[in-house]
Amino acid sequence: MLNIRNLEAGYGKLRVLKRISLHVADGEIVTLIGANGAGKTTLLSTITGLVRASAGEIVFQDDDICTWPAEKIVAAGCSLVPEGRQVFSTMTVQENLVLGGYVQYRRNKKSTAGDLDKVYEIFPILKERQKQLAGTLSGGEQQMLAMGRALMARPRLIMLDEPSTGLAPLVVRDIFLIISRMRQAGNTVLLVEQNAKVALRVADRGYVMETGKIILQGPASDLLANRDVQRAYLGRDVDGV
Amino acid sequence: MYWQQENECMAQGDLEQLQLERLQATLYRVATHVPFYRELFKESGVDPDGFRSLDEIRSLPFTCKQDLRNNYPYGLFAVPLRDVVRVHSSSGTTGQATVVGYTRNDIKNWSDMAARVLCAAGVGRDDVIQIAFGYGMFTGGFGLHYGAERIGASVIPISSGNTKRQIRIMEDFRTTALVCTPSYALLLADTMDEMGVNINSLPLKFGLFGAEPWSEAMRRELQNKLHIRATDNYGLSEVMGPGVAGECEECNGLHINEDHFLAEIIDPETLAPVAPGETGELVITTLTKEAFPLIRYRTRDLTSFITDPCSCGRTFRRINRIMGRSDDMLIIKGVNVYPSQIEAVLFDIEGTRPHYQIRIERQDRLDQITVLVEVMENIFFDEMKKQRLLVEEIKRRLASELGIGVAVKLVEEKSIERRDGKAQRVVDLRNLMAPQ
Repeated sequence: MLNIRNLEAGYGKLRVLKRISLHVADGEIVTLIGANGAGKTTLLSTITGLVRASAGEIVFQDDDICTWPAEKIVAAGCSLVPEGRQVFSTMTVQENLVLGGYVQYRRNKKSTAGDLDKVYEIFPILKERQKQLAGTLSGGEQQMLAMGRALMARPRLIMLDEPSTGLAPLVVRDIFLIISRMRQAGNTVLLVEQNAKVALRVADRGYVMETGKIILQGPASDLLANRDVQRAYLGRDVDGV
Repeated sequence: MYWQQENECMAQGDLEQLQLERLQATLYRVATHVPFYRELFKESGVDPDGFRSLDEIRSLPFTCKQDLRNNYPYGLFAVPLRDVVRVHSSSGTTGQATVVGYTRNDIKNWSDMAARVLCAAGVGRDDVIQIAFGYGMFTGGFGLHYGAERIGASVIPISSGNTKRQIRIMEDFRTTALVCTPSYALLLADTMDEMGVNINSLPLKFGLFGAEPWSEAMRRELQNKLHIRATDNYGLSEVMGPGVAGECEECNGLHINEDHFLAEIIDPETLAPVAPGETGELVITTLTKEAFPLIRYRTRDLTSFITDPCSCGRTFRRINRIMGRSDDMLIIKGVNVYPSQIEAVLFDIEGTRPHYQIRIERQDRLDQITVLVEVMENIFFDEMKKQRLLVEEIKRRLASELGIGVAVKLVEEKSIERRDGKAQRVVDLRNLMAPQ
């Protein structure tokens, strides 16, 4: 699905991504964990074409998309749910969703209604709130709306940037339940998270990023069992015993 | 039968991506956590962060057995000792032992790879596996033990030695799969003969042999004597232990677990990669080891890649059975001779027993090689003429195989020492280190 090799990117003279290689296979949930400032969001921005790569390749379904404009990347089936949701707060829930389906609407004007139903099936709360202004939703509901909006584009790969930010633990649990349900529905997910514990529990594989580099990768269960990961990201005092 | 089909049958492009990712992370970790590699990279001008394609592996320096010895015991560990859950030591076939360590994840991966080897050979959860490899510091016993438990088979951890007891247990416990060195399997077969055990009364089906080089002829012999399918498996403790590579039911080369190991074959003299299919020294880089990662480890084992795809469906590349060790390779009168070549000839000759020893002496500054061959009792006590004919036959066949003349001496059955573990096939009496 997505194959990244030796990717480098940054802002001006600042080199943020240093030789990143990473892949996401069909139907997988892959998580990218790492501390603040490691370069996780920059990586997602580079994949979606918001930041230009200075070297390396990003192959999405056999196409090198490194130089593609963002809208073409979305149309190809690669959607981003940005950090902090960024829903359109003065529009209703339904309007937000319909807007997310724009690339599909351009292809087939009749597809929108069916896609809306599917999203409401995954997020029943959005159906209840469909007429409500997005700005009046709770944080968790806004996250669901952002995810639903991304699904409206019928992405092959959905990328989530810090979906747990600012949410209460119980809500975080709901969001991650939905993420695993999204996979069951056939979606492929690249999940960027600071909350390593929940992310690794839901993911198949994971990458650990530090100062712009991938320093560890492997099956999520192996990373959970890795002492370095436990010390640095899971807040477990493994040495205290 | 596959254990992890998704991995074992992965597409070539996916495998390369995975190998690149894992190698890049491994290089970062060894450069950060292992002072030896930090220094080595600096000395050889290698930037571990600049590594961009699998082909660039050729620019990395080698790691040798001596490096492991120099860093005895824990110098090459990439994690603190508190993260290590197991320590093993190399069997020290040649020289001083070395120490290797495993984290919990390493043990898990090792078990999975041993499970792959067992499954590929046809062994399943209903089998009763007798593991006659030594347990202890040697990796043979434990490696396959954990793999066998992983697939849910019943494990008899009998370890090596006490041959008659092995056979009694094989009869009583209804062993279906035997795991040991090929030479020990042969000893077991011979002992069964002596004890009058009817092999047809045993449910034995599989033999998984490794830890020493053996030949195709030896495979036939073991299959005939024990009524099993004999498969080869390969590993070395420096890199992990058994499970690095194993034969599938096609019995035609060993699949390397390429998602965990990057394998190269080089010319041991020039250190350049050999042409595809040519024989050379196997070099292994670990891709997932946490506690004891190794970069371009020179195994000294000689083999070649099989370039054709295997009909079993596994996409992992195969190597041919190990021909010998580059440091076992005998240079006799300037000609390279491998003990396995001699073994193959002996197996083909009627009347000889598959026990032999190669003695090398230096007389008047000339290398003399003598092959001691055990022959069956009836021949040994037979008339001189027949004996002479047999000696001539062996000499002729060896000369045509090796390209040099060798002396042959027939000895009585059981006069060559049998050992429980690895057989000592070569006795070098040249004492090349002594002043001439």
